[in-house]
Amino acid sequence: MTADEVESLAIGAGVLGTGGGTHPYVELLNLRKLYRQGKPARLIDPAALADDATVAVVGFMGAPLVTKERLTDPAHALRPVTMMADHTGRPFDAVMTIEIGGENSLLPLMVGALMGIPVVDADTMGRAFPEAQMSSFAIRGLPLAPFAMADIRDNRLIIDRAASQLWTERIGRGVCTEMGSIVATCSAPRTGREVRENALLGSIGKAIHLGQAVRDARQRHESPIRAVLAAERGLHLFTGKVADVARRTTQGFVRGVAIIDGFDEHAGSRFSADFQNEFTIGWIDGDLAVMVPDLICVLDAVSGEAIGTETIRYGQRVAVVSLPADPLLTSDEGLAIVGPKAFGYDLDYVSPHPGSS
Amino acid sequence: MKRIGIDVGGTNTDAVLVEDDAIAGAIKTPTTADVTAGIAAALKGILDATGADPASVDAVMIGTTHFTNAVAQRKGLTRVAAVRICLPASASLEPFIDWPADLRDEVNGAIHMLEGGHEVDGRPIVPFDEDGMRRAARDIRARGIASVGITSVFSPLTAEFEERAGDILREECPDVAVTLSHALGRIGLLERENATLLNVCLHDLARTTIDAFTRAIADSGLDAQLYITQNDGTVMLAEVAAAYPVFSFASGPTNSMRGAAYLSRRSDAIVVDVGGTTTDIGMLRNGFPREANNVVEIGGVRTLFRMPDLMSLALGGGTLVGREPVTIGPESTGYELMTRGLVFGGDALTCTDLAVARGLIDLGDGDAVGDLAPALLDAAFAHIHATIAAAIDHMKTEAGEITVIAVGGGAFLVPPAMDGVAEVIRVPHGAVANAVGAAIAQVSGEVDRIFQDLSRDDAIDEARRIAEQRAIDAGAEGASLELVEVEDLPLAYLPGNSLRVRVRVVGDIA
Amino acid sequence: MSPLREITWDDLDALALGTGVLGTGGGGDAYMALLNCRKLHRQGHRFHLIDPADLGDDDMVAEIGFMGAPLVVKERLPDPAHCARPVRAMERYMGGRFKAVMSAEIGGENGMLPLVVAAVLGLPVVDADPRGRAFPEMQMSGFPIQGLPLYPVTLSDVRANDVIVTRSASPGWTERMLRRVCTEMGSMAALCRPPRSGKEIKEKAILGTVGQAIRIGEAILGARARHVDPVRAVIERAGGAELFRGKVVDVARRATEGFLRGTVDIDGHDGDGGRCYRIDFQNEYIIAWRDGEVVVTVPDLICVLDAVSGAAIGTEEIRYGQRVAILSLPADEILTSERGLAVVGPRAFGYDRDFVSLHERTRS
Repeated sequence: MTADEVESLAIGAGVLGTGGGTHPYVELLNLRKLYRQGKPARLIDPAALADDATVAVVGFMGAPLVTKERLTDPAHALRPVTMMADHTGRPFDAVMTIEIGGENSLLPLMVGALMGIPVVDADTMGRAFPEAQMSSFAIRGLPLAPFAMADIRDNRLIIDRAASQLWTERIGRGVCTEMGSIVATCSAPRTGREVRENALLGSIGKAIHLGQAVRDARQRHESPIRAVLAAERGLHLFTGKVADVARRTTQGFVRGVAIIDGFDEHAGSRFSADFQNEFTIGWIDGDLAVMVPDLICVLDAVSGEAIGTETIRYGQRVAVVSLPADPLLTSDEGLAIVGPKAFGYDLDYVSPHPGSS
Repeated sequence: MKRIGIDVGGTNTDAVLVEDDAIAGAIKTPTTADVTAGIAAALKGILDATGADPASVDAVMIGTTHFTNAVAQRKGLTRVAAVRICLPASASLEPFIDWPADLRDEVNGAIHMLEGGHEVDGRPIVPFDEDGMRRAARDIRARGIASVGITSVFSPLTAEFEERAGDILREECPDVAVTLSHALGRIGLLERENATLLNVCLHDLARTTIDAFTRAIADSGLDAQLYITQNDGTVMLAEVAAAYPVFSFASGPTNSMRGAAYLSRRSDAIVVDVGGTTTDIGMLRNGFPREANNVVEIGGVRTLFRMPDLMSLALGGGTLVGREPVTIGPESTGYELMTRGLVFGGDALTCTDLAVARGLIDLGDGDAVGDLAPALLDAAFAHIHATIAAAIDHMKTEAGEITVIAVGGGAFLVPPAMDGVAEVIRVPHGAVANAVGAAIAQVSGEVDRIFQDLSRDDAIDEARRIAEQRAIDAGAEGASLELVEVEDLPLAYLPGNSLRVRVRVVGDIA
Repeated sequence: MSPLREITWDDLDALALGTGVLGTGGGGDAYMALLNCRKLHRQGHRFHLIDPADLGDDDMVAEIGFMGAPLVVKERLPDPAHCARPVRAMERYMGGRFKAVMSAEIGGENGMLPLVVAAVLGLPVVDADPRGRAFPEMQMSGFPIQGLPLYPVTLSDVRANDVIVTRSASPGWTERMLRRVCTEMGSMAALCRPPRSGKEIKEKAILGTVGQAIRIGEAILGARARHVDPVRAVIERAGGAELFRGKVVDVARRATEGFLRGTVDIDGHDGDGGRCYRIDFQNEYIIAWRDGEVVVTVPDLICVLDAVSGAAIGTEEIRYGQRVAILSLPADEILTSERGLAVVGPRAFGYDRDFVSLHERTRS
C-alpha cells in the first residue's frame, strides 16, 4: 500500500467509525514513521489466501480518550500476535483487523509492516461496534477465544477458553480496564478459508476508496458529503446544527442523545441521534429514520470529517449520512447480535436503504 | 477607571481610551517593526487625541499577534528541551514528530523520555524515574539549553510527576525556564506537548516583549498596570502572561468580538468583522465568543487551544474584483490597498472601490471610480451580500432572527438587511473594535480536568474553586468573579465516576 | 521410594483443625473443604500424601490456590470439579502432565483444597508448601522470595472460562490481573500457580507442613478427648511458645483495598491477669504487643485459639467476649532470611521496625 493510500484509509476509516473513535491521527503518524523507515504495509486479497493459511485477527481494546494520551505503539500491537503464535504453535501468514471503523483500521498495517506479513483486505464489522462479540466471526459462531491481551508493561494474559463470546468480552473488558483502558489484542486465529467465508471482504479497499473520494472533493472544493454518498451508495439523512448533547457513562459506555436542528432543506426539522459509543438510532421529527446495524455517520458539513460521540457538541454544523450495513449484519443471525434489540431497543430492524430490511 | 486598550495588528495598531463606561477616544497608527516604539507611538497618539493625563491611566491592555507571528515566521524562538514522562508507553511517537521540519530544526534542542506517567484511572503507569530525570537535567544543562517543556501522560488528571520533574530540573539548572504541560490543560498528549513546547520556545521572546511593553508604558509617563489579552477575550497580568505566551495567540479576533459586544451593548449576536483581506464571522454568547473545540494549527503545529469559532471568508476591503465575469476574490491587495486601489491611484479594482462608487464610504479619489457600470456594482454587491448572508446563516444556532454587528475597517460591505437577520448594527468606533475589546477585558480563570469519585456537584464545586484561584492569581478581583461556563462530560470506559469538568470564571481587574 | 501415606478419614478432621491453627487468623474457613473431602471419601476417593524426597527432580507439581471474596464463597460453595479446571488448563498450556499437587499455603482452607483437587485428578498431595502459614498477598510466598517467577498462572471459574496470565510485570501486577478476572467471574475462582519441579520443591519449599498440620490437629483432638488443655497439647506436639490467655475486650475492623485490617485487644486472666495484649491484623495476625511492648511479629506465626476447644479463631470471627489463648510458632528460615524479611517482615506490612524472633532457631 502506498503512503498516500494509507492517508486515504485513515479518512475513510474515520467515516466508517460511526462516531466511536475519531480520525486516527496518532496511528497515522506511526505508520508515516514506519513508511519513512522503509517498512510499508502490503495488502492481500482474501481470495489469494491459502485455505489453511493462518491469519491473526487484531484490535486495540479500550477507551479512545486514552489513546490520545498513551499514543498507540506498534511494538505493543505486536505482542499479543507473538503470544498467540507461541500459544498455538502456528506462525502467522497474514493479519487482519476486527474493525475497519476508527483507529483499528490502521492497526493491522502496523503489525504487518513490523512482521513482514501482508494485511488481508477484510474486517469483521464493516464499521465500528462497541463490543468484541459484535463481529461477523461471532455471528457465524466462530469462537473469539483463545484471546490474547498485552499491555504496555508487557503484562500478558490469554483467555484460553470462554464460556461464550460475551464472556470473552466481559473478562477482556475487565482486564483491559485494570491495565489502564488500553490493551492490544489478538483473537482466535482464523484460516484463510474461514476468512473468505465469514469475514466482510474488501473493507480496506473500500475505506481507501471512500477516503480518496473525500480528499478529491476537498481539493476540488466540492462537497465531501456528496463524495461520501456517491462512494458508498449512502443516503443523506439530514443537515443542521447541533443544538444539544446529553451524555452519561453507564456500564463502561458513553451513552447519550444528540439533537440537531436542521438548516437549508431541513430547516424547521429536528434530528435526534442516540448513541452508545457509536451512533445507534436516528429519528427525524419523531419518526424512526435509521438504526443499527446500518451506519450512521455524523460528518462536519463543510470538511466531511467524521465527528465522534465524545466530541460532538453544541453549535457544530453537521451532515448525517447513512451507509448500508453488510448483509451479514442484517441477516437474522446478525441482527440477534448487532441489531437494535442487542442494543436494548425494542424495535424491529428497518432500513432506509433499498433492499436492506 | 481609565483604561487604554491597544491592539497590535499586522498592518495597524489601534488604541482606545475607555473612561468609566465610555469611549473617550480612538486612534489608528501603522504597526512598526520595533515593538517598543510602536506601543509608545500608540500611547502618545491616544493621549494626545483625548488630552488625558498619563498619570491618570489605571491600566493598559495590549493584544498582539507578535507571538503567533514569531512561530509562523520562525523568528525569535529559543532552542528547547522536551522532557516526556511516559515510558514504557507513548514511545513510538517522539516529541516534535509532526512538526514542520524547519520549525523542528529551529527549536528542538534535546529530547528526553523517562519512565512514569499515569493511567486514566490516576494510577502511575510505572514509578517515576527520578534518577533518570536528574541525568536528563544534567544533560540539558551541559547542552546550554535553558528552556524546558515537561509533559507527563495524563497530567491534566494529576500533576504530581510533572511537578517533581520540575523540582529536580530546577535543582540542577538554576535559571531554567520551565513549562509544565498540565497548566495548558486538555487531554491529548501530542497536542498538549506541542502547546507546551511552543510556549517554552517563546519564553525569552515573551519576556523581552513584555519588558519592552512595560518600558514603553513607563517612558510614556504612565503608572499603569499592564495586562495582556488572551485567546478567550479576557486579560492576564503581564507577569503571568509572560509565562504563557501561547494563551495570547488568538486574541485579535476575540478582542474584535468583545469590542463589538461592548460597543453595541448586545451580548448575543453574530459579529461580522470585515478587514482588509478577510472577514471573520463569529457568534457572541453572553458577551463572549462561542469557542470551537477543534484542532488548531499554529505555525503548522497541531494544538488543541480553545479558539473562537470563526468562519473566515476571503472577503475584505482590499479584495480584488473581477469584471468579466463578476468575481469577488479570493485574492486581495492586502496592506497594499492604499497604493493599488483605484481610489488611491492604483489600477486594481477592489471592494473598497466598489463601496466608494456606491457612496457607502468617502475615501480616496471618488472620480477614479465614477465610470463603473451600475450593472457591475449590482452584480458585485449581490455576490458579496449573498456570501455574507450565507455565512451568517451557517453560524446561527437556532431558527429565528438574529442581530448582526458589523465591525472592522471594511464593515461597509455588510448589507443593511438580510433574511433571518433582525437588524444590522453598526457602531461608532467599530473600526477599532479590537482595541475596545482589549480595553474592557476582564480577567478569567479556567479549569479543564478529570475528577474521580466525586459527585457531579462536588466535582463542579472543586473545579470552580480552582478556576477562581487561577483568576485571582491572574489579577482578578475575587469578589467580582462570576461563573461564565460550566461543562461536564462523563467519560467512556473509565472506572469509578470519572467526570471531565470545564469551568470558567470571569471577574474585573483588581 | 516409601509408600504413599494415606490421609485417612480421621486425618481429615485433624488436618482441618491444623490448617486452621497455621492459618494465623486468615486462609479462609476449612469447613467447606472438609465437607467436600468427606463426600469424596464416601464416594470412594482416597487421599495420599507424598514425601517431597520421593519426587523426581523433573516431576511437575501443581500449586493450587483459591481466590474469592469470603462472603461469596459462603454462598457459592466450592465445587471439586471447578477446582481442578485450572490444573488441566495449565497442563494444556505447558504441554505436560502433573505428577502431584501442593497447596499454595498450608494455612486455612487453602491447606485442604489440594486434597479435593488431588482426588479429582487421581494425584498425590505433596507434604510441603511454600509458606508454612498464610499470607495476604501473592508475592508473600517462599517460591517468589527465592526468585522463582509468579507466572504463568491459570484461573478458572465454574462456567468453564479459563484464563492464563502468561507474564506479569511484577507480583503486584499478577495480583491485580487475577483479582480483576476473579471479580468478573463473580468473585470466585480457582487457580493454579506456576508449575514447580520436584527439585524446586525439595530445595525451596517448606517441607512436611501437611504432616505438621495433621499433628497439630491430632493434638487438639486428643486433648479434647482427654479433657486436657488443647493449647498446651499443641505446644508439646508442635513446639512454639504460649504467649497469653485472656478475654477479647475489643475488636476494630475495616476493609480497605480488599483486605480486612484491624486490631484486637485482650485482657489477661489467670497468670496473665492485669496485663493486656493487642494484636494488629491484615487478614492474618501480624504483630502483637503485651502491655505496649512488641512481643512477636510477622513472619513468626501468631495463632489465636479458643482457650477451651483449641480451635483457631480467624480475624473474621474474633469478637468480644471470646476466651482465647495466643501462641506463636516459629516461621521457616526462608521467611526470616534477609530476602524473606524484605517481602514478609514487619516493614512489608507498614511497620517501621525490624523483625526480632521470639524463638530459638536451629540452622541446618
